[in-house]
Amino acid sequence: MTSATREKELKPRVEITQISGTEIEVNMGPHHPSTHGVIRFILFIDGEIVVRAVPDVGYLHRSIEKIAESMPYSFFMPYTDRVDYVAAINCNLGYALAIEAMGGLEVPERATWLRMIGVELNRIMSHLVGVGALPLDLGAFTPFVHALREREHMMDLLEILTGTRMNNNYIRFGGVCQDVDDEFLKKLEKYLDHFVLFLEEYDRLIGTNKIFIERLKNVGIVSGEKALSYSFSGPNLRASGIGLDLRKVDPYCFYNDMKFDVPVGKGIKGTVGDSFDRYIVRIEEMAECEKILRQILSKIKEGPIQSKVPKKLVLPAGEAYHHTESARGELGYHIISDGKSASPYRIKIRTGSFASMTSLAEIFKGMMVADVIAYFASLDIVAPEVDR
Amino acid sequence: MTQFIYMFIFAVIYLLSIAVAAGFLTVVERRIAGRMQSRIGPNRVGPQGIVQWIADAVKALQKEDIIPTDAHSFLFKIAPYLVFMGVFLTLVPIPFGAYTLMENLDTGIFYVLAMASFVVIGVMMGGWASNNKWSLLGGMRSAAQMISYEVPAALAVFVVVVMAGTLNFQKIVFSQGASPVDWYVFRNPFAFIAFNIFFIAALAEGNRVPFDIPEAESELVSGYNTEYSGMRFLFFFLAEWGNLVVIGALVSTLFFGGWNFWFEYTLEFSVPGRYPIRFEVLGFLWFLFKVSIFVFIIIWIRWTLPRLRIDQLMDICWKYMVPIGLFASIGILLWMYFVPEKSLADTIMRYSMTSFGGLTILYFFYRVFQNLRVTKAKIYANPFV
Repeated sequence: MTSATREKELKPRVEITQISGTEIEVNMGPHHPSTHGVIRFILFIDGEIVVRAVPDVGYLHRSIEKIAESMPYSFFMPYTDRVDYVAAINCNLGYALAIEAMGGLEVPERATWLRMIGVELNRIMSHLVGVGALPLDLGAFTPFVHALREREHMMDLLEILTGTRMNNNYIRFGGVCQDVDDEFLKKLEKYLDHFVLFLEEYDRLIGTNKIFIERLKNVGIVSGEKALSYSFSGPNLRASGIGLDLRKVDPYCFYNDMKFDVPVGKGIKGTVGDSFDRYIVRIEEMAECEKILRQILSKIKEGPIQSKVPKKLVLPAGEAYHHTESARGELGYHIISDGKSASPYRIKIRTGSFASMTSLAEIFKGMMVADVIAYFASLDIVAPEVDR
Repeated sequence: MTQFIYMFIFAVIYLLSIAVAAGFLTVVERRIAGRMQSRIGPNRVGPQGIVQWIADAVKALQKEDIIPTDAHSFLFKIAPYLVFMGVFLTLVPIPFGAYTLMENLDTGIFYVLAMASFVVIGVMMGGWASNNKWSLLGGMRSAAQMISYEVPAALAVFVVVVMAGTLNFQKIVFSQGASPVDWYVFRNPFAFIAFNIFFIAALAEGNRVPFDIPEAESELVSGYNTEYSGMRFLFFFLAEWGNLVVIGALVSTLFFGGWNFWFEYTLEFSVPGRYPIRFEVLGFLWFLFKVSIFVFIIIWIRWTLPRLRIDQLMDICWKYMVPIGLFASIGILLWMYFVPEKSLADTIMRYSMTSFGGLTILYFFYRVFQNLRVTKAKIYANPFV
């Protein structure tokens, strides 16, 4: 049953429940096993069917954007890790690129390659959490653990690359914080050989599972048009059939030299833009990341990793917006500088998760409680990225 | 009076042994789950962690017994016992050997189906009395689910009852032989269908994955037992694992020959004094082996599959399992009428179905090793870590 037909069926029932008062209000979150952190929905349910839903954000608001105004530009870098802790380097990169574009800073070639390695590894890790948490929310625990096991191997790699496993704080203005030796690159290549096999196995384990498909297909359909109106981006938008990838459309770093495809949702099990498409797009994207990483490994050269950057960085007056393709969609940093102080006048971060949250109230309507979880999990929302 | 004391002692022994089995199963399940998930699982308390369950029970006993202020105190308190009782009473007529059973009830299967309904009452009671909306949802879901799945389970049992001509478990075991060709599951296609239906329905009645929607921890927090803590929670817990034994025992008794070990037993042969004790022990072990295979399969399913949505669950029950169950129960009547036992068609069917079953198992192992070859995975076969 599509959500549209369900909505139609629901119409008369809503009126009846409003009279009889059998609609009950349940509070899903902020402490709920599958609201991925501290996101809260207020669901008004009639039996198993959601009559209406009110998503409630803000439980993880740490006013990161405001904090930025009180410190020098470079001090803000660790805070960007906390915007999306699952894909921290992606958030580092967006900020660094915005500042570099504004201040006209040079980045050495090797530093860019290293940044790309970090970003793509982090993207795979983030998607692993996404496709792992999805079956977890549908009740299958084992795929989640398998996904996290692979993520653990990648964290070991990231530890060599950046020095930390999570919240890497890796990227500096005009470079990266530390260099790696060839041994790391060999390790990475060896790991990628293993990862391809794992990905195939994982998709066979969960992606061909009848129950998994039945739970996801035709659930939470977001058409391309709708997705644009919700300002979806990243994998969620591509799952709706619109192949917009900022790495292709507006390339940064060396992405225009890279050969990779942009997977889009084709509705292979149901309708374009259903929850299964969001799953399969992430799986395909991990395979693309693996291709990109191999190309980086073949192209990376020795060289400096840090350019000369003034100790007290004062950006010229004006504003800039730089967007990158993060694991959860467009990650944009809008920076306004007054041209005098060494700290930004204002920073606004545009995140993919927040855009995805906007769709919930409308899509949840007429869904079953179990589908609410499935749809929400398929969006791969990370709570700190919603609230910042 | 003496008889009452004996009964009491036996009841305590029985309850303890089942509770120990259920407790032990929790550790086994966690170890198996651990190996399936590339981790070790509990291995610290006792050798290989086999007494972890005692530590868990002691911990749960020390916890405060919280009863929510707004809960219906009395119903909230007795709900876990009803669930516990419902599961453990079902084991009374199930034979673990020629003499190893509590009571040789003539209404065996009927009694089991009736006792299983206690679980529904308990679960609904707990869900409602908690005064928690998630618990209520869980309770309602489980009521809908368990009552629905009793229908296909009863239809599948009907097939066995028709074949055995009795409701008595011991007589059902006797009417099957020791060798696979004599098991009901391989007797004819209808019995095979009945086995599948019964196994799935038993999973659903036991709230196991993929039918664990009453406690769906990712949707309903923890369903009907959300508000429970300490020992009361443990009673739900024990009932769930006790239920594993019940499902395994029922399936192996009804379809896989029960404890019947190696020799052809007849009712006359089982008269005390003419029956060697070593057969009793071997039969008991053989039965435990069969049960543990089914328990392993249930655990395996639990740690592999996601759970269904409630409407899909109902669809499976009413659109597929009930019609197929009806088909099987009518089919078995025709089969019993037209194909008499020991006739040529009967023999051919038995042997061909048994070999089909054997080939399926072989094919399964072939696929496992093929997958291992494709993914170039190493096998870590050592179970003792």
